[in-house]
Amino acid sequence: MFKFDNEALGYKGVTVLNGISLDIKAGEKIALVGESGAGKSTLLMALQSRYSANSAFIPQNPGLVRTLSVFHNIYMGSLNRHSTFYNLVNLIKPKKNEIALISPIAEKLGLIDKLFTRSGELSGGQQQRAAVCRALFQGGDAVLGDEPVSAVDSLQSRVIIQALCDNFETVVLALHDVELALEYSTRIIGIKNTQIALDAPTSSLQRSDLDVLYTA
Amino acid sequence: MRRQAVCSAATLTSSTPLKGMSKFPSERSVSLGFVLLAVVCLVFADLSITTLDPWTEMQRMATGFVTPNFFAVSNIGRVLLQTIAFAMCGVALGAFFGFFLAQVFHVALVRWSCAFVRAIHELFWALILLQILGLTPLTGVLAIAIPYAGICAKVYAETLEESQPSVLQVLPIGSGIVSTFFFARLPDVWVHIKNYTSYRFECGLRSSAVLGFIGLPTLGFYLETAFSEGNYSEAGAMLLLFYALIASLRFWLRPRLLGFYLVAAPFLLGEGASIRFDNVVRFFTSDIVPAPLRGNDLALAQTWSSFGDWIQLLLVDQALPGIIATLLLTQIALVCTGFLTLALFPLISDKFFGKFGRTVGQLLLIVLRSTPEFILAYIFLQLWGPSMLPAIVALSLHNSAIIGHLIGRYSHSLVLRPDSPKGFNLYGYEILPRVYGQFLAFLFYRWEVIMRETAILGILGIATLGFYVDSAMADIRLDRAILLILITALLNIFIDSLSRYFRSRLRLSQQVEYS
Repeated sequence: MFKFDNEALGYKGVTVLNGISLDIKAGEKIALVGESGAGKSTLLMALQSRYSANSAFIPQNPGLVRTLSVFHNIYMGSLNRHSTFYNLVNLIKPKKNEIALISPIAEKLGLIDKLFTRSGELSGGQQQRAAVCRALFQGGDAVLGDEPVSAVDSLQSRVIIQALCDNFETVVLALHDVELALEYSTRIIGIKNTQIALDAPTSSLQRSDLDVLYTA
Repeated sequence: MRRQAVCSAATLTSSTPLKGMSKFPSERSVSLGFVLLAVVCLVFADLSITTLDPWTEMQRMATGFVTPNFFAVSNIGRVLLQTIAFAMCGVALGAFFGFFLAQVFHVALVRWSCAFVRAIHELFWALILLQILGLTPLTGVLAIAIPYAGICAKVYAETLEESQPSVLQVLPIGSGIVSTFFFARLPDVWVHIKNYTSYRFECGLRSSAVLGFIGLPTLGFYLETAFSEGNYSEAGAMLLLFYALIASLRFWLRPRLLGFYLVAAPFLLGEGASIRFDNVVRFFTSDIVPAPLRGNDLALAQTWSSFGDWIQLLLVDQALPGIIATLLLTQIALVCTGFLTLALFPLISDKFFGKFGRTVGQLLLIVLRSTPEFILAYIFLQLWGPSMLPAIVALSLHNSAIIGHLIGRYSHSLVLRPDSPKGFNLYGYEILPRVYGQFLAFLFYRWEVIMRETAILGILGIATLGFYVDSAMADIRLDRAILLILITALLNIFIDSLSRYFRSRLRLSQQVEYS
């Protein structure tokens, strides 16, 4: 599904990660862990730019258009499924059938009463959930998420991650919460000092095995 | 020990940085240089007052303004409607085409064409279009629409360029450029584009009013008549209504009503002579061809040598003195604008005046910036006769009111410590140092606008480039007029790039909010 072979990854000419070799198979649920600034986002961006054809992306900055409603932001996940004319009509006047399709997703993540609120007026946690809704509505084989639950409480975190795991065959999430990583992933990739320092099935790992990633 | 470390760090920061920047003069020396240059220009400028009794006339004018007669103008309602209609049609067309040009602004040819059309003032466009289309509504509409399209294209393109929303990253592949544009790009910048366009409409109203001076049926036409007949109460009434129109813009320029306005406006432009196609053809095939080349054998050396004489005569006798006068006047007006701005902005700043004082200040600034500089110059010219003085005063008053308004508003965002000084100490130590960069940025942006206006004031009889253009037009020597307009445009583009150079070297930036 995703593959890197001894590659240097970075952006704008700055190399952040060195000698990355990685093979992610369809069906895996992967948690990326490591200190902030370790390079999790860089790895996700690299995956996203190379494999964006059939995967949905949830960036850390939620990537919403602040002046458009939650409904339209979620709808944007399906822009490529309709004609330009249909998209523009729906932009001016939301279509009933699209509302019917999007409502259950918004309902599930507790945004149904905010469906026609401008996304810029939402709280940080609500914005994050709107971004997740968009990814769910977009669908595809895989979802790449950069800290998709950093601004919501632990109960909602579990709802979100469960929804992502149910709807996408392959899941790659950067998570700062080690408990969540151990709970939902099938494989954990740890990054430290610009390299992959840990790559193992979650079933073989203990909580303490991850501590090494967070010490100097 | 600790103390020492702090000290050495401080010396380090004060001595090491500014590499590469240190070669370029500071804001202070650039300002000083401009002031000195203006003083030198003053030596060569003609500032005489030639009217016999300016004070009596001034008194009469002032009396007229404080006793406005709203019933003297029989069809004032229609005049104002027509002024609005020309602005509405011109700005709408300009914004519409500007919007599309902004999408292809990365093409060099588009960028250059836009720079060129906006370097030519609306009044010059009107003078050219008069020759092609005659005194028709289309002349007035296009005179506004053409330069405004160039300006809007640039501003819209810059606005779009600055917004690189993160949402672009998450859109599914194959979203289509049109859908992407309307969902992800436009909503982000819509407010800025809307605000800028309504600011443009305010400018459009002023342009439309001024177009009356060359014969279109807008406010300027009736204003000029009233002034030349000495009916100052009538002129005062017209100006007051014009201020009211601009001050009330936000009440009547509503998005919901815009559709209605746009449909109605074309029908309110009035009628003019019909456009004659043979005029259009003659303009392009004969009128603008340099006289020595017209109808002569281009293979003959004789033709080209007389063409050389023609060019040389035009450049030496008209273009050169025109350019010198234009630059002299521009530099003086720029520096006067600067000084006046620094004096005016505290009037509307909450750091200096209470609510009442600020309201008075606001009123003064609204009047000064709503009166087109062309009309201000016309008024002062009536009082003092044709020299550079009326032009300098008009340009400085109008432009300093615009920049003063922006700086005053900017000063509201400054947070002062509770025990900050008061009065002049506050101004000199706390406020001025903080707003000076913004002030210079606005002033440099205005440089090119002032030059464009300076050139156009020649139409009123001051010997800038516009004077020679207007004389050539009056003699129906369109070949000369067009060449002089081209020279004016090039001079304007030169000033614009010079201004950009200074702004980037001084690292001045501004966030203008037009609202």
